[in-house]
Amino acid sequence: MSLTTAPAVITEPASTTRISLRIIDPAAVGAGLGLAFPTKIGARTVAGARSVLCLGPDEWLVQAPEREGEAMTEALAAIGTTLPLSAVDISDREITLALSGPAVLDLLAIGCPRDLAQLPVGSGCRTLFDTVQVVLTREAPDRFHLTVWRSFAPHLQALLDIALRELATGL
Amino acid sequence: MLLIRCPYCEQDLPELEFAYAGEAHIARPQDPSSVSDEEWRDFLFIRSNPRGVHVERWRHVNGCARFFNAARETVSDRFLATYKAGEPRPDIASLSGEAR
Ligand SMILES: [Zn+2]
Repeated sequence: MSLTTAPAVITEPASTTRISLRIIDPAAVGAGLGLAFPTKIGARTVAGARSVLCLGPDEWLVQAPEREGEAMTEALAAIGTTLPLSAVDISDREITLALSGPAVLDLLAIGCPRDLAQLPVGSGCRTLFDTVQVVLTREAPDRFHLTVWRSFAPHLQALLDIALRELATGL
Repeated sequence: MLLIRCPYCEQDLPELEFAYAGEAHIARPQDPSSVSDEEWRDFLFIRSNPRGVHVERWRHVNGCARFFNAARETVSDRFLATYKAGEPRPDIASLSGEAR
């Protein structure tokens, strides 16, 4: 089966820096990081290789290339001297899978209770996948990134592999 | 699937993302050592458990992670309203009228 005819494919993008931020002043922190922090839950801003997703009223997930991790931590430490904030490096806690293809919504529907067809491209959400908490972002109409705790990844991957085989056989 | 409106996410989302967290608007006594045993028992254990509209806490644990309050009709399992933590309870009479 070639990739061009596959209903969906799963790949693992290059590892990234992930920082879980709990803050009360997103505008000030955003200015310090050169990122406009969205305040609507689920909204996401992308600036170059960095992105920030609003997960809750005071919670954001910042992602950046792996090599920018140290600079990011230093910038946040500097902001933390004047503003109360909690920044936790969760880069290694989680793993991101890229799911794409014409049947990507069917693939996600095997485990996710949300109506993901309604999730706008460029936004994201924290939700469930078969009892496991995940963060989904919609990168394109037929491409999602699924971020999950590393220890749950084998379970999810096994489920997704079964679903891929079912989709490929037309079930 | 039962959909619950999260007042923080401002969306109707699947029940699986939420966790129930007991009756709402139960304030812990400011000074526990000054209340009687009966008052302390009531605070800890005695709940209204109505047949009808129940005001209760929920947490959008697999989402924005916030606690909020909801008024739910316990017979039909219909959610009449959800509102943010800290906001006053809605007018139950008008809500239960709506439920009929
Ligand atoms: Zn929510």
